[in-house]
Amino acid sequence: MSEQQNKGFVREINGPIVTIDLPGIRSGEQVRIGELGLVGEVISLAGREAVVQTYESTDGVRPGEPAEGLGWPLSVELGPGLLGEIFDGIQRPLEKIALESGDYIRRGLALPGLDREKRWEFEPNPELAPGQSIGPGTVLGTVQETETIQHRILVPPDHQGELTELAPGGEYRVEDSIAHLRDAHGHSLHLTLFHRWPVRKPRPYRQRDDGISPLITGQRVIDSFFPQLKGGKGAVPGPFGAGKTVVQQQIARWSNADIVIYVGCGERGNELVDVLESFPQLEDPYTGRKLMEKTLLVANTSNMPVVAREASVYVGLTMAEYYRDMGYDVVMLADSTSRWAEALREVSGRLGQMPVEEGYPAYLASRLAAVYERAGRVETYNAGAGSVTLIGAVSPPGGDFSEPVTSHTKDIIETFWALSKELADARHYPSIDWVTSFSGHVHAAAEWWHKEVDRHWEGRRTEALALLARDAELSRIVNLVGPEALSDAQRWQLEGASLIKEGVLQQSALDEVDTFCSPQKQFALLDLALSTYDKGMTLIEIGVPVSHLQDLPQLAKARRCKSMYTSEQVARINDLAREIDEAFESIRLEYAKQHTDD
Amino acid sequence: MSIKEYRTASEVRGGLILVRDTPGVAFGDRVRISDGRGGTRDGQVIRASNEEVMILVFEGTDDLDLEAVWVRFLDEPVEIALSPEILGRELNGLGEPRDGRPPILSHIRRPVGGSAINPAARSYPREFIQTGISTIDGLNSLVRGQKLPIFSGSGLPHNRLAAQIVRQAKLKDEDSSFSIVFAAMGVSYADAKFFRDEFASSGVLRNVVMFVNLADDPPVERLTLPRTALTAAEYLAYDLDRHVLVVMTDMTYYAEALREVATAKGDVPARKGYPGYLYSDLAEIYERCGRIHERHGSITMMPVVSMPSDDITHPIPDLTGYITEGQIVLSRELQNQGIYPPVHISPSLSRLMKDGIGKDDTREDHPKVAAQLYALYARALETRNLASIIGADELSERDRRYLKFADDFDQRFVGQGESEDRSIEATLNLAWELMSAFPRDALIRLSETEIAKYYQGDSG
Ligand SMILES: Nc1ncnc2c1ncn2[C@@H]1O[C@H](COP(=O)(O)OP(=O)(O)O)[C@@H](O)[C@H]1O
Ligand SMILES: [Mg+2]
Repeated sequence: MSEQQNKGFVREINGPIVTIDLPGIRSGEQVRIGELGLVGEVISLAGREAVVQTYESTDGVRPGEPAEGLGWPLSVELGPGLLGEIFDGIQRPLEKIALESGDYIRRGLALPGLDREKRWEFEPNPELAPGQSIGPGTVLGTVQETETIQHRILVPPDHQGELTELAPGGEYRVEDSIAHLRDAHGHSLHLTLFHRWPVRKPRPYRQRDDGISPLITGQRVIDSFFPQLKGGKGAVPGPFGAGKTVVQQQIARWSNADIVIYVGCGERGNELVDVLESFPQLEDPYTGRKLMEKTLLVANTSNMPVVAREASVYVGLTMAEYYRDMGYDVVMLADSTSRWAEALREVSGRLGQMPVEEGYPAYLASRLAAVYERAGRVETYNAGAGSVTLIGAVSPPGGDFSEPVTSHTKDIIETFWALSKELADARHYPSIDWVTSFSGHVHAAAEWWHKEVDRHWEGRRTEALALLARDAELSRIVNLVGPEALSDAQRWQLEGASLIKEGVLQQSALDEVDTFCSPQKQFALLDLALSTYDKGMTLIEIGVPVSHLQDLPQLAKARRCKSMYTSEQVARINDLAREIDEAFESIRLEYAKQHTDD
Repeated sequence: MSIKEYRTASEVRGGLILVRDTPGVAFGDRVRISDGRGGTRDGQVIRASNEEVMILVFEGTDDLDLEAVWVRFLDEPVEIALSPEILGRELNGLGEPRDGRPPILSHIRRPVGGSAINPAARSYPREFIQTGISTIDGLNSLVRGQKLPIFSGSGLPHNRLAAQIVRQAKLKDEDSSFSIVFAAMGVSYADAKFFRDEFASSGVLRNVVMFVNLADDPPVERLTLPRTALTAAEYLAYDLDRHVLVVMTDMTYYAEALREVATAKGDVPARKGYPGYLYSDLAEIYERCGRIHERHGSITMMPVVSMPSDDITHPIPDLTGYITEGQIVLSRELQNQGIYPPVHISPSLSRLMKDGIGKDDTREDHPKVAAQLYALYARALETRNLASIIGADELSERDRRYLKFADDFDQRFVGQGESEDRSIEATLNLAWELMSAFPRDALIRLSETEIAKYYQGDSG
């Protein structure tokens, strides 16, 4: 393509949608628009004209200003230096932008995603020697990216050939060459510590992997009731204020993933600041290191340009796949996929495409499915196993789950944590509704729980859900005819359900002790609530009045003990179970004595 | 490009003018329109090509005569002039005087559109503001740099509540007061007068700048008004180091004006005729609030949003709630019981409360007291509901305690005088007094230590 062909001019500006006259440009190609050099992407072509969505505000752009094609699609830089950073929706480093342009984001800044000056200690792979044939996934060497994360420098997916040179150990910048290879055509290519990858193209892998391992999040209602697997796809729908962001941030904090990618997509600036300020202080419960060392953020807050919002999800996913290819378990949180969908809608509206439902274009469902399809557990090219778990928040207008984004998402995902306004209003957090939520992974997770924690896990889970269902039924009766109509056994069922709700399901993210709960503690609490309930029921069956049981101080303790004992103090929970046993036993003896006295 | 004047308007509809063959006009630029009868109007380019330019006319296009219209492209963005003199003034949505005094003259001119704050430049808001109102301070605390709207309905006392907050708001141990930016969009003359009198009588008027567009002023001007007001707020906060409290009323009229223009432009509607970009548009306004690293000043925002038909799921309160850092919701039911301020705590929320309260900020028991009160009140409302079905006499003794709590809470905790300025300690003490009607074992959200220290009941 000659210079000449790559230059054109602006014809029309309609908000973020700019029509340019630029023959030879390709669909998906990146362009720079106007005197400011605003970045954009070609989304449709008609003859000489191309329609461009710009990632930056077009205020002040005039028809006739220059437009230039860059020759490549929207891509991200993949290499050491991603972790701990916060990027915008097209991978510009926001901390550096702040240094360069101050508190507000200046337009047209072209800063690369990765630091060009920083030197990394490269350790070549001792098993490689010149002459060997190398291909996608071959580990050329490693860089210690953070204290806990070893960054494997892989041959990119589209390279294959004979290794002709491998750099010795030492310090290198990301652009320095660390290996040479000769491809099948005899061309010599050099590889650096980083490469680029187009974000809309999923990174390839050898094959899907069916291995099973739960993503432990430390949140009881998730792990013990609606579990997620590594490589799974999940959604957190809920009206505003129900707790979507807190659920996502809790997973970012406490899950047993190796890498966390948090995409703030069209949400609040302060929520990202919260992560930025707290993660460098918080300790990862699995490694003891600071959380920020395994985390990276992508931010397109609600006031940042809408078009970059659509891109931000793909930018996040591509970085997630990159770490997956190194053999890591990555969790990516997208808050919120509704804003991503709205960005699609806005662009399609400006293009005059036919809306099908609530203004959304017909391709909403297929795009959404394609995004979630990039999650998964795979066998990588170098025969390792890695995974991307994708969890999206969904923000239905008016909290109505029948709207297009929520309903399409529900058809795609495997884990659905439905947040309830009623629970949130009563400050029952997390407000994950146990009736409408579901997980397709219960059976699979049970295998792990039975082996690692307790073989009664699945049974206990089922019992708890049955009791909660019974509770809903009884509450309906009470609301019709009053509590007097209930038998003592029924009242004890209400009490049992309340123990589960308060002692197990409720878990405050703000409670220092309870914010993270190990699987062992999760099971101990669940078992404590259920065995208390079971024992109580045997007493009721022999005629002990329910009021004798309800006021036992140990019941209050059973509700509080989640915050009293840490994950290391599970034994204390079992002590309490024993104490409750004894209290019940003495009631039974007392009662038996009274009855023989009568 | 130099300033050019054209007489080629080809079409006028619903606040928009189309002009043909005016090459090189910049998107977003300001336009002056002469109506041919000696009057001028202001506009902004919202679509531009060499063949055709679309202009949004702030004063509206009513009785514009296509043949007589002259359009002048000013070759500058929509800007306002800023100086310390804006304090004490009343301006319109374009920053022009409404108070009969001379225009603001200054070399400092800023485009009202603003640009996005870099999230990496923000710092997390954490400084507790005492408003003196128990339902806010105790349960939905406001912090400096927060955007916390009041969701209200017609006839509810949102103006009085906003005015009380303006009068009473202060940092706990500081006396420094706020500079006020007041933005009125589409409100009645009476409402605007209420605030003007309010500011005058509390003696803060010289610390207030008012931007006013009344119900009978052109609706399109409402689209720039909050942006103009926030540009002034940013100037006060970041150039003059002030802590600014922005009161905006009523965002519903703003959104309705946006819908009007969107419809005229032929934009695809999403819900209830509002355009799909209403969310991003509101976010551009609300997100201008906050705290920025190493800046002394701050912008705290309290928008009033009236919920059409008291419906919180209506797109305007709904999208607002998705953007703001919580909401204070007023209830007609409480209002009808004569309770002021009628704050319904269940749907109310402050998302930034967690880092602004507790040991070093208010009192160590505050977080758990708030959680406990919420839990008790939720159960109490259920009980009240039950009592209304089966009769209070049918309730158990336990339930009757909850019923009484609901009433006491509404009357004593929610209800307070319009000039009653409660300290946070007074609010928390009142909370303990109310909670002490329950046995200790019912207060499981509180720690045993807190109960030992503050519990006043005698029961078990
Ligand atoms: N697990 C939780 N523990 C404690 N508080 C919570 C929890 N989940 C939500 N909250 C409270 O609810 C508020 C709103 O939650 P958030 O996640 O921001 O809602 P959403 O993203 O659905 O609008 C939070 O600011 C916090 O006060
Ligand atoms: Mg959220």
